[in-house]
Amino acid sequence: MEEPRNFSDIDGGHLALQRRCYSPSCREFCLSCPRLSLRSLTAATCSVWLAAYGLFALCQNSMVLSAAIFITLLGLLGYLHFVKIDQETLLIIGSLGIQMTSSYASGKESTTFIEMGKVKDVVINEAIYMQKVIYYLCILLKDPVEPQGVSQVVPVFQSAKPRLDCLIEVYRSCQEILAHQEVTSASS
Amino acid sequence: MVLKVFFPSCCSSADSGLLIGRWIPEQNSAIILAVVHFPFIPFQVKQYLSEVQKVSQIETVVLGTWCNNKQEKEESLGKFLDDLSTIFSHEPWLQISKEKGSKFWNCHTLSRQAGTPKEDQIILIYYDQRKTMLSRLHPPETSLDNQPGVITAPDASKLAAVFDTVARNEVLFLTDRYDEGPIKLSHWQSEGVEASIIVELAKQASVPVCMLLTCLLSLVSGLCRSRILKFWPLSFIWSKLSTCEQVGYRLEHLRFVFSNQKAENHTQFMRKNRIGQLAEALIPVADHVARELQDLLQWLMGVPAGLKMNRALDQVLGRFFLYHIHLWISYIHLLSPFIEMILWYVGLSACLGLTVVLSILSDIIALLTFHIYCFYVYGARLYCLKIYGLSSLWRLFRGKKWNVLRQRVDSCSYDLDQLFIGTLLFTILLFLLPTTALYYLVFTLLRLLVVFVQGLIHLLVDLIDSLPFYSIGLRLCRSYRLAAGVKFRVLEQEVGRPLRLLMQINPLSYSSVVQTYRLPTYSCYPKDSWGSLCKKLFFGELIYPWKHKEDKQD
Repeated sequence: MEEPRNFSDIDGGHLALQRRCYSPSCREFCLSCPRLSLRSLTAATCSVWLAAYGLFALCQNSMVLSAAIFITLLGLLGYLHFVKIDQETLLIIGSLGIQMTSSYASGKESTTFIEMGKVKDVVINEAIYMQKVIYYLCILLKDPVEPQGVSQVVPVFQSAKPRLDCLIEVYRSCQEILAHQEVTSASS
Repeated sequence: MVLKVFFPSCCSSADSGLLIGRWIPEQNSAIILAVVHFPFIPFQVKQYLSEVQKVSQIETVVLGTWCNNKQEKEESLGKFLDDLSTIFSHEPWLQISKEKGSKFWNCHTLSRQAGTPKEDQIILIYYDQRKTMLSRLHPPETSLDNQPGVITAPDASKLAAVFDTVARNEVLFLTDRYDEGPIKLSHWQSEGVEASIIVELAKQASVPVCMLLTCLLSLVSGLCRSRILKFWPLSFIWSKLSTCEQVGYRLEHLRFVFSNQKAENHTQFMRKNRIGQLAEALIPVADHVARELQDLLQWLMGVPAGLKMNRALDQVLGRFFLYHIHLWISYIHLLSPFIEMILWYVGLSACLGLTVVLSILSDIIALLTFHIYCFYVYGARLYCLKIYGLSSLWRLFRGKKWNVLRQRVDSCSYDLDQLFIGTLLFTILLFLLPTTALYYLVFTLLRLLVVFVQGLIHLLVDLIDSLPFYSIGLRLCRSYRLAAGVKFRVLEQEVGRPLRLLMQINPLSYSSVVQTYRLPTYSCYPKDSWGSLCKKLFFGELIYPWKHKEDKQD
């Protein structure tokens, strides 16, 4: 078990990366995203309620106020369950595959597992994101038809969006495992 | 090379014995299906395995030994297990052993090949046998030569091979420990084969039960009609208990519906019926629609939106449409005594489902707004004629003509009187255009509104028809049956021991479930694109939003 190291994401928010090494061919990278800040929550709630109060002053219907409360509650629950990701994990098991898990703030977890037979390589790519150019880590999948082609690019850590220094750490560890696996498969 | 061992979690507490399962050399993985316990005769084990192989068409072999040391470590057992590897030859020979009170297992491989014995890295993956057997992986793998036989290992993914192996060996899981055979197995069903008594009984008894139900219903309705309940103590109790009252109401209602006596009068016929209320509401609605249309026409005949209409044409068209509305209202009022009856009999078909009710609603809307459809057709025809006339006379104005044979515009020399009359007509049509166009616009908008409402109802019917309720219910209640993939969880590790993982089934998302199992629909969608629709509207051609069913097959 290692100490969690501090990095920052592309917007300057604080990220914590924790690396776990279970065996020479099995490693896990856990990236924790910044939590929901009280300031943004208060701002959103206040704006919704101010708008509702303005509407109430116009039409004098108290249903508007209750509707605003419901909307705020449901909106918060929906945001926590479907949008806000707390932690993203990448688990590499040499000769089995790569697994990516996202845990939401409400406790929901969504997992994707890609078998090692489909993985061509793990690379750091550049992308144009709004007005910025950012780096992101992605998994290249093999094309069943064309042996040298790439059928799909799967980005990793999509909602955490760490910067290049964090990505380089993860990239180096992944390449170690992939290289080790190729060596063992070539020697057998 | 890394060796992967898939071990069923139900066998973790089984007694010592032999491990049987499937070995996939290309992926270097061993899928363990069951444990054969002592005592056994090797020859019988081999015979049993060949029988299983014939049924499941998967090579099931003895993979190694399993040693569960519940008491102190027994040396003799260890030696005995080593000797077994000589009887059942398999490369590599697995030896898995578990100490008492320890979570971590020992896992070794014995290799008889010539050459340096490699220290293989072993990964132990626990899987839930029952769930893996029942689950179905999406998207389904199709083997290259399209045979329903064994999936060839290099092409298939490892997970598909695991699921396939467990699912095909169902015959292995049919023997439990109460069987008197020579082989004693341990697997997920070894405590007793799962079967549901209710399902078996239901299968046997379905036909007699249906007959019994119909007899009972006739008996109950006959009983209720009898006079026994009218005697004093029973009738007093009956009236005091509210459940009895409710039951009485329901039974009476049912009796009414099923009885073959004619109703005394119309109101009694509809007594507890919402159809009556619906019918009573329909006539005022039709009246209201007609009144609104009349107001609209009066507005058009005046000065609509500040535009000045041609007085004479305006009056003609307005009076024509008003008379049409008057006729329509008279027909509706003529029909009003019969509407309740018609609605009642039509509403009986509602027992066929919600989609039938929605379609009936759509048809009722179409019938109620039939005059709007008529107005649209009149307005569109008039406008269409006017546009064609205008375009043809415009060509005459410029000295050209439409050549029907060659499908193009040719120049043509007209006589003077032709030109004179043509120009006159052109001017007349041109100045009457705003009036006709306005009527056309108003009625087209109304017609489009009705079409839109009907379209929404059709969409809803389509949605209900094509939604796969069983698949969604399965995804809700037994989510492991529909698998999008697997997920691994790393269990507690100890240095020097093999890596332990838990394999769980990752269920399919709801959107994928609906997309994969969508039922085919019978609805017909409009063929026109938006561009051609606008073009038709501009030229006054009639729009038919739904073609007949035979035209569109998917």
